[in-house]
Amino acid sequence: MAYPAGFRYTQQHEWVKVEGDTGTVGITDYAQQELGDVVYVDLPKIGATIKAGESLGTVESVKAVSEIYCPVSGEVIALNELLQGAPEKINQDPHGEAWLVKLKLSNPKEAESLMDATAYDAYVSAKAKEHSA
Amino acid sequence: MNTPTVAPLRRTALYSVHKRMGARMVDFGGWDMPVEYPSAGLMKEHLAVRTGVGIFDVSHMGDIRISGPQALAAVQHISMNDAARLAIGQAHYSALLYPEGTFVDDVVVHRLDVHDFLLVINAGTREKDFRWVRDHVRAFDCSAEDLGDRYTQIAIQGPRALQTLAQLTSADIGSLKYYWFTHGAISRHHNILIARTGYTGEDGFEIYIPPDVKTSEEVWLELLEAGKEFGILPCGLGARNTLRLEAKMALYGHEISESITVLEAGLDRYCKLDKGDFIGRAKIEKQKASGITRTLVGLEMLDRGIARDGYKVFDAGAKEIGVITSGSYAPFLKKNIALAYVPPSHAAEGAPLNVEIRGQMARAQIVPTPFYKRPKKQS
Repeated sequence: MAYPAGFRYTQQHEWVKVEGDTGTVGITDYAQQELGDVVYVDLPKIGATIKAGESLGTVESVKAVSEIYCPVSGEVIALNELLQGAPEKINQDPHGEAWLVKLKLSNPKEAESLMDATAYDAYVSAKAKEHSA
Repeated sequence: MNTPTVAPLRRTALYSVHKRMGARMVDFGGWDMPVEYPSAGLMKEHLAVRTGVGIFDVSHMGDIRISGPQALAAVQHISMNDAARLAIGQAHYSALLYPEGTFVDDVVVHRLDVHDFLLVINAGTREKDFRWVRDHVRAFDCSAEDLGDRYTQIAIQGPRALQTLAQLTSADIGSLKYYWFTHGAISRHHNILIARTGYTGEDGFEIYIPPDVKTSEEVWLELLEAGKEFGILPCGLGARNTLRLEAKMALYGHEISESITVLEAGLDRYCKLDKGDFIGRAKIEKQKASGITRTLVGLEMLDRGIARDGYKVFDAGAKEIGVITSGSYAPFLKKNIALAYVPPSHAAEGAPLNVEIRGQMARAQIVPTPFYKRPKKQS
């Protein structure tokens, strides 16, 4: 899996794509693989203000509930309605169609402190090695 | 460094074949077991068992053999079902109880011979169960042996299980009734225990083969080959759990435990008070007279959200009344279902309840169980 360049990534496997003062947030391909079949997504309300590192909601697979942490600070301006009826999209297209929320960013520069695609790729490769060890 | 010292996880003889097939492994009762095989995933594994066939490595389960002149009396003393009613070649669901009428474990008792019984027990309770059995059959002229490491146990489950397994054996497994067993050859291996049992709510078999890696892998791969035409999938503990939940089969540590009684769990039909005395009987008789304060019910979620183990249950007026023991998205029924303990006064079918899911109340209602019952055969 090639992680999209231009996105920023967290150690908890969320991504954010910054365009102007808007940030689109999702979970990574690594995260969806770890979760397995996603059956439920719980997102905040539009208008909610969330700080980086705070809970953004939960993604549930058949087996497990996973808390999603907001990679950057901002106000929720859009939710991905598609996921209410088709949560499995997260397994199919986690970096594209299955984004979770859009935020109006408090500080568009904030994302620069997160990992870029190369760093994140190295991070998850190291994790995968740990697993198979 | 703050790494806690833990015992290394135990592995079944099929461990490396699971790894080769890309299984995601998980610690289950001290065993490193496949939870799912991501190439298909839990959901497809579940559906394969409901509509075709799936196989499970259940070698982590324990086995205790009780044999000798007083084996029957010993089994009667330590288990709640009536083993005297078992014919040779027949098995039944039962449980080992504490004097309090609560569960040491649930077991499947197989009558191998007049004075010879095989108890199949849970993985996480193997040591506890064996000590319990050994200590409580001492007064009888019989021996209790821990055969937990003597078998690789594979479950073949689903409407196509018969046609799959039939390709590996000459034994007449088609005429075997549910919860009966036989002995026969499985591919090159002779005298294999083949039982028509399972934990999925489907027809199926469990076979007990020699535990060496070579035999275990051979039979596993032969089964996958035989079931190919039926869309067979190897299945992990994830699908095993959702399958048993749809069929409302109890899981130790969830619906049954050291603090839940037989009557509360609704398993009294397997508890034969008329068979004579046994451990736990007095307490159950007493509770039968005095009544129970909680009972196991099935819930279906009306609001969005999945009720998970440990979540609190409230009545329609927001008074806390109980707790979820198991809950999941049900892959075949395509609903969010759960099992919960609530007071009998709140257990009527259709009764509205609320489940607290991460601080929010979600509406649910009590539904008839089992959630899923397999269609009766047409023949």
